[in-house]
Amino acid sequence: MKYEGPSEDAALFQPIVRTGLGFYVLLVALFTVVAWGVSAYYRQLSLGLGVTGMNRPVFMGVYVVNFVFFIGLSHAGTLISAILRIVGAEWRRPFTRAAEAITVFSLPFGAGSIIIDLGRPDRLLNVIQYGSFQSPILWDVTSVSLYLLSSLFYFYFALIPDIALCRDRLSDVDSLRKRLYERLALGWTGSEKQHRRLNVVMNIMAVWLTMLVITVHTVVSWIFGMTIVPGWHTAIIGPYFLVGAIFCGVAALIIVVAILRRVYHLEDYIRPVHFRALSLFLLALSLVWFYFTFAEFITTYYGDEPAHMVIFNAKLWEEFASSFWLMVLLCFVIPVVILSNSFTRTITGAVIASVGINVGMWLERYLVVVPSLTRPRLPYGFGAYRPTWEEWAITAGCFALFALLYALFTKVFPVVAVWEVHEARERSVPQAMERLRSYIPGTASTTQEQAR
Amino acid sequence: MPRWGMVIDLDKCTACQACTVACLAENNVPFAEPEEAALGRAIFWQEVITEIEGEYPRVHARFIPRPCQHCDNPPCVKVCPVRATYKDEEGLVLQRYERCIGCRYCTVACPYGVRYFNWYEPHWPEPLGQSLNPDEGPPPEIRGGRSGPEIRPRGIVEKCTFCVHRLEKARRKAEEEGRKLTDAELVLLPACNQTCPASARYFGDLDDPESTVSRLAESPRAFRLLEDLGTEPKVIYLKAGG
Repeated sequence: MKYEGPSEDAALFQPIVRTGLGFYVLLVALFTVVAWGVSAYYRQLSLGLGVTGMNRPVFMGVYVVNFVFFIGLSHAGTLISAILRIVGAEWRRPFTRAAEAITVFSLPFGAGSIIIDLGRPDRLLNVIQYGSFQSPILWDVTSVSLYLLSSLFYFYFALIPDIALCRDRLSDVDSLRKRLYERLALGWTGSEKQHRRLNVVMNIMAVWLTMLVITVHTVVSWIFGMTIVPGWHTAIIGPYFLVGAIFCGVAALIIVVAILRRVYHLEDYIRPVHFRALSLFLLALSLVWFYFTFAEFITTYYGDEPAHMVIFNAKLWEEFASSFWLMVLLCFVIPVVILSNSFTRTITGAVIASVGINVGMWLERYLVVVPSLTRPRLPYGFGAYRPTWEEWAITAGCFALFALLYALFTKVFPVVAVWEVHEARERSVPQAMERLRSYIPGTASTTQEQAR
Repeated sequence: MPRWGMVIDLDKCTACQACTVACLAENNVPFAEPEEAALGRAIFWQEVITEIEGEYPRVHARFIPRPCQHCDNPPCVKVCPVRATYKDEEGLVLQRYERCIGCRYCTVACPYGVRYFNWYEPHWPEPLGQSLNPDEGPPPEIRGGRSGPEIRPRGIVEKCTFCVHRLEKARRKAEEEGRKLTDAELVLLPACNQTCPASARYFGDLDDPESTVSRLAESPRAFRLLEDLGTEPKVIYLKAGG
């Protein structure tokens, strides 16, 4: 395969054209982990959920945690891409594609984790046949599938101009790939009219997706919030989950973008200034997350209701204490120290903080789901839960398959939206100058001067 | 239309667990190996729970036989995504075995912990497996779904039915004889009540002011579990030491 086109954005096609040995090593490694997860899932399918560490009263475990985590992760894409598009933040351009891909590839694992968690996955279609909207699970089924569908379309629409570029600029392409590009480009010619139409659709979908981001993660939290389980039944859980989702989504984006930049030599496109913007956003989210956490715990503590306090104590001082304080360290202390200081707010610093945040946010979801279930209201004694290797293998398999799909994607389509960068170069720079002139006194635009 | 309920007199109860055993046998509750039980996977539609209050030397132990509370406002029914669990016209909270998808949302929503999940393929050591109850729950057209002692598959939720199959059988018999079910027949109808050596358990129609359960529910000793949650349970306890 060869790239034949203007040298301007040639670097963005390099990952598609050239594949090094390292990529194949990565594929084999990821595939091995996926195979391990699949074998564990096969075991679970044939022997039943008895192979997990779940029990009575801890009827929910790692799978439900993964469900919340992956859906949270998916919020990176839509948030960065759609919300920043709406507010016209130009710095979004080099990584909208990378962000949307996180959404598209992580959401199926969110929905999938619930299917993995079912005692009777063969009866899944009962949810459609007998679905009862009285149940928060139906709210989730509806909003998550709508979200998945919408973000797939949003992702694909933004890909069309670049697929057309692949079709036009890549030569010596094998027939399968050639056909793929030709079909998916939908006859895109790059005319002014097509570009205008694309931008209109993208702007409308950006608003729609922003509403969905809020809905989806709120109803995910309501699976817990709508029950009367102490620790779950709070009004703050919706906004709390939403902030947590955006928080770990942005952190995931920083990690992914840093890897892509390094591996595919995109230093020219993704620059320290982009990481600075994302880091400051992440810092703000860390503070908001801490504020919500604090508000939640102080309310429980001051109210001092026995049913709530046993769970409060379990989290802060008893068997979940190490996870709890590690979460505070990873989600608040470390990110705030690293990101509030310009010496440490480097790309490496941002990546370290982001990895910590993702681990911390997984723990946060674990601390929402599990401790509340270990303290039944009636005097049954405390419950305990220890995930088995099958649960860890399936979890690892999900993460590996996510990474595998992402890696394969970078080999088929450009990871930076070529047309978005091009559009910025051609239009946004003069537009921004014009806009500045229009509202900064003393720099009145030439047209106004002429009019005078 | 009757509204089925139960009264358990804690003053009479000796915590002998006969009710628990009778229920296991009557309802074909699957056996749990000791290691499975240690993991918290044993199933008891009816369980005697122990509440210990105070510290030595002033310790009080209270034993509470706990079947499903058959709430009038059941939190489990609300959350089921497929209406596998439902409250029927006579107030019984039942489980459609053939529909449940095993999401276990109801098990966490129930504040009483009366719902159990089948973690394993149902199994019984010999010769226990040869003495299973051949009875089946009422046909789906009568109560809107299958629930009863028929063997449940792996991966679904099950729970106490107030022995709905016995109730249906007794009603059919009465109908054949052209009469109504009498209170005396009902009081000991569920297997747990029939077995209770202390006669501490009563079953009947809470909407019939003349029934034994209605009269006992009026007692100043009467209370219900976690009453302030607003679940309106239909199992009424009579305080011990009254």
